[in-house]
Amino acid sequence: MKTALILGATSEVALALADQLAAKSVNLILAARNVENILPVKSDLSIRYGITVSVVAFDAANPSTHKHFYESLVPKPDTVICVFGYLGDHTRALTDWEECTTILNSNYVGAVSILNVIANDFENRKEGMIVGLSSVAGERGRQSNYLYGSAKAGFTAYLSGLRNRLFKSGVQVITVKPGFMKTRMLKGMKTSPFLTAQPEKAAALIIRAMHHKKDVVYVLPTWKWIMLIIRNIPEFIFKKLKL
Amino acid sequence: MASDLLTNWNNYPIEKSEVSSPVFAEDFYTQLAESSSFIVRGNGRCYGDASLSPHVISALKFNRVLNFDEARGILTCQSGLLLSDILDLIMPRGWFLPVTPGTRFITVGGAVASDVHGKNHHKDGSFSQHIVSMKVLSPNGEIVVCSALENSEYFWFTCGGMGLTGIILEVTFTLKKIETGYIKQVQIKSEGLDEVLDLFEQYSHYTYSVAWIDCLKKGPHFGRSILMLGEHATIPELNGRQHVYPKKSKTLSVPFHFPSFVLNGLSVKAFNSVFYAKNYKREMHSIASCESFFYPLDAILHWNRIYGRKGFVQYQFVVPKDRGKEGIREILTRISNKGWGSFLAVLKLFGTQQGPISFNMEGYTLALDIPINAKLFAFLDELDIMVKEYGGRIYLTKDARMKAEIFHSTYPNASRFTSFLSEIDPEKKIVSSLSRRLSIK
Repeated sequence: MKTALILGATSEVALALADQLAAKSVNLILAARNVENILPVKSDLSIRYGITVSVVAFDAANPSTHKHFYESLVPKPDTVICVFGYLGDHTRALTDWEECTTILNSNYVGAVSILNVIANDFENRKEGMIVGLSSVAGERGRQSNYLYGSAKAGFTAYLSGLRNRLFKSGVQVITVKPGFMKTRMLKGMKTSPFLTAQPEKAAALIIRAMHHKKDVVYVLPTWKWIMLIIRNIPEFIFKKLKL
Repeated sequence: MASDLLTNWNNYPIEKSEVSSPVFAEDFYTQLAESSSFIVRGNGRCYGDASLSPHVISALKFNRVLNFDEARGILTCQSGLLLSDILDLIMPRGWFLPVTPGTRFITVGGAVASDVHGKNHHKDGSFSQHIVSMKVLSPNGEIVVCSALENSEYFWFTCGGMGLTGIILEVTFTLKKIETGYIKQVQIKSEGLDEVLDLFEQYSHYTYSVAWIDCLKKGPHFGRSILMLGEHATIPELNGRQHVYPKKSKTLSVPFHFPSFVLNGLSVKAFNSVFYAKNYKREMHSIASCESFFYPLDAILHWNRIYGRKGFVQYQFVVPKDRGKEGIREILTRISNKGWGSFLAVLKLFGTQQGPISFNMEGYTLALDIPINAKLFAFLDELDIMVKEYGGRIYLTKDARMKAEIFHSTYPNASRFTSFLSEIDPEKKIVSSLSRRLSIK
């Protein structure tokens, strides 16, 4: 039976991924900072689907713990989904270095740190799948969220390099680029339903990409075409836009 | 936060609400601390304003199974779990819900808040009788663990308390052992009202009993009905024809709201005649899946849309047994004379009841749907007075229009309930449109 490690298991997409993988009889290791919150998920999925679910504490923002974290996992996963991330408060981060480093560390440094460890193991074992949730925000810096965007751009480039390196070892690396996603508290902006993915839908698209061993996948697929346009707007025009 | 137009199963009333959907218990603590007032909502299957408020907290994502003792049949879950999900889990393992209403698309929290009853009320009581314990987040932010033995006042006012005592977080309840997913069903046709009321007494040894009444039929066959009785089938009773647990059957859906003129006296009469004629023999025995026996209407998703956009009310009352026959006859006559049409008139004999604020009491209950028209509410006010005179009451979960005075004069523990609520929730944090309309909070 397969075992999937979900890093950042408390987000709604992560929970939907856990539900849907459990329904396919995949054993789960749920890693999150707040373990208390996901204990009900552990009981629920093991009772409903008869799978093994373990819950482990994991702090993406603390890279010095990552090696030990991964070494202590028994059994080792054959699939890793890196879901964690932090949108943060962009305006505050412009003047507050602490907020800014949290954004950079959660979205880039922390992900690189844990995936380096995992990539080495998968390369040795010559098997496995690494799925990273990056963002469409990483494709072009916009004034409203370029701190988050630049960290995600770094993560996207990292995943692309990793894919290139691990190809010969038979390890699949998938970059997922979500657009808008409906979040739990429905805070803030109203987004177009055509561009906004429900967590369950996003999870289903990610699992399909895993099944088909895709390299890069957009959620929702419409974003592929929107980003194609956004990437191709000449810089002298782009810099004048209010985005 | 996003504002939505929210309504319940009967499409009336429709209110503007801000809805948030917590996933973790700690999200509820945050909501409680940050919101001025709100009501918790389950799956929106009540028929009125019980789960409406300007700010609504949906429990639907708070739906995890916490423990399932398969040997003893005891389940613990979060309050947003749907009964349908529970059935998917427990039926293949030989267990069934101790009490279930006519739809499986309600949450456990809703089942507690309404203290729901089923076709077995005369034998097994309502849902509250099967609760081992509950965890409720009180309006002042305390976790109250309660049961019939521990914090019992809190427990009994939460059962049937319409979600007003706090946020129901977790419920532990006992299940019923079954051998198969089928019901051994008996249908008995009766020619009139007196006959069917007597049949309930005669067949009270059956675990499940309910009657469908044709409430438009006048003259000598007034109150003609079909009494449906059932027992869980054992493996030998299946004759080897069926799987022990039936596969899920397909559902149909009503795709849009029917125009109001579709449902008129004539079409309902035709429906009722066909339904009645289907039972050509006086007594018919058959084996039915639990799904079709308990949830015949769940097979048609969005069946509420046949009543059109204006919506409908479901009028459900109970009158005590001693003058029950007289009461049912008089009220049904009034309804029948109006001829405002109802597909469903459901009659049942309740057993005794424990909960101080629960709807049920020993007596006859009648429930029927009536599409909303301009004169309906005035007419129902008249019926309320008749129900009150017979010593009966109206089911809050089905109510969208009752006057506050009727509630306070027909629920014997109403004043104890309201003073309990003002004690535990002096700031009125947990408030619904129903609690405002009925001056409960």
